[in-house]
Amino acid sequence: MSSTTREIVHDQHTHPTRRFYLFIGAGLLLLTVLEILGYVGETKGVYASGTAAILILILSGIKFFMVVAYFMHLKFDNKLFTGIFAFPALLGTLVIVGCIMLFHVVHGVATEYHANTPADAQHVSGGPRGG
Amino acid sequence: MDHAHAMAGHAADPAHIDTSTGLDSRKMAFWTFIGSECLLFGSLIATYMAYKGSSLTGPYPHDTLVNGKLEHGILNIPLTSFSTFILLMSSVMMVLALNAVQKGDKSGSVLWLLMTALFGSVFLGCQVFEFTHFYHEGLTLQTNLFGSTFFVLTGFHGAHVTVGVIYLLTLAYLAHKGKVGPEKTLNVEIAGLYWHFVDVIWIVIFPLVYLIK
Repeated sequence: MSSTTREIVHDQHTHPTRRFYLFIGAGLLLLTVLEILGYVGETKGVYASGTAAILILILSGIKFFMVVAYFMHLKFDNKLFTGIFAFPALLGTLVIVGCIMLFHVVHGVATEYHANTPADAQHVSGGPRGG
Repeated sequence: MDHAHAMAGHAADPAHIDTSTGLDSRKMAFWTFIGSECLLFGSLIATYMAYKGSSLTGPYPHDTLVNGKLEHGILNIPLTSFSTFILLMSSVMMVLALNAVQKGDKSGSVLWLLMTALFGSVFLGCQVFEFTHFYHEGLTLQTNLFGSTFFVLTGFHGAHVTVGVIYLLTLAYLAHKGKVGPEKTLNVEIAGLYWHFVDVIWIVIFPLVYLIK
């Protein structure tokens, strides 16, 4: 594609209709209700803690995709914008997942190991808790 | 097509953008800014998640057993669920505002921009109420790790919402003065990108901070 042709075709994506936006908005509300139901289900013991967390994360992931793709027009816009957004977004997600793994999965195992000695067990029991 | 012919085409058709990518530089710059914001909020959320559950003293976010005694969580899920609905609805109003600007509907543009700003302000009101309530319950930036990471993360988000509300009110004023017509669609689209990004960040914060224990 020559530079002139590229300039002509640029930004000629069609924008969705008002009805489509309202449909997406209704979908977002529905997904939020499901997220809250997941929290309520966990609080009332319907779901296990891990199950509810995974369910809520999947629902929020779908919401994230819907807003970015349709409201921010990435689905209709030039793919370069998708790359500019997706790379740092994935990097940020990787840092978050890395911290969760490091501080809650790996470090959690280490805390249990240290608790094998009486002194450490006392330290751990009086140490970090919910917060 | 020779250079002179191409330049004449540029003058006649506003869709022509004379950049190396063929894309508008303002939009490109704004997406780059949003990318950098992803890294900022990514680091703040990662810090919150790293210290989640590590507070030595209360108040705690969720119901917690401390020495066999149940301490009730400080987070107000019904209030935050309401404010989440409000922020999501403001995003819908933002796309309706953009839709109205594209169609040259002046009154619709002003109305939806003002409604978006209003809903953003309601969200901020909920956050101010929540912060004030937490302060009276003894949770400050210095109280514990939860207080420090929670206030920094949600405070940064609230600051972004505040900037967005000011941005939208300015646009609504300009639209009222007739300075935001279909030829200025990109200005509203960029404001919309900012507002939707603020919404997207809340979509991540809400489950990680409030819903997942």
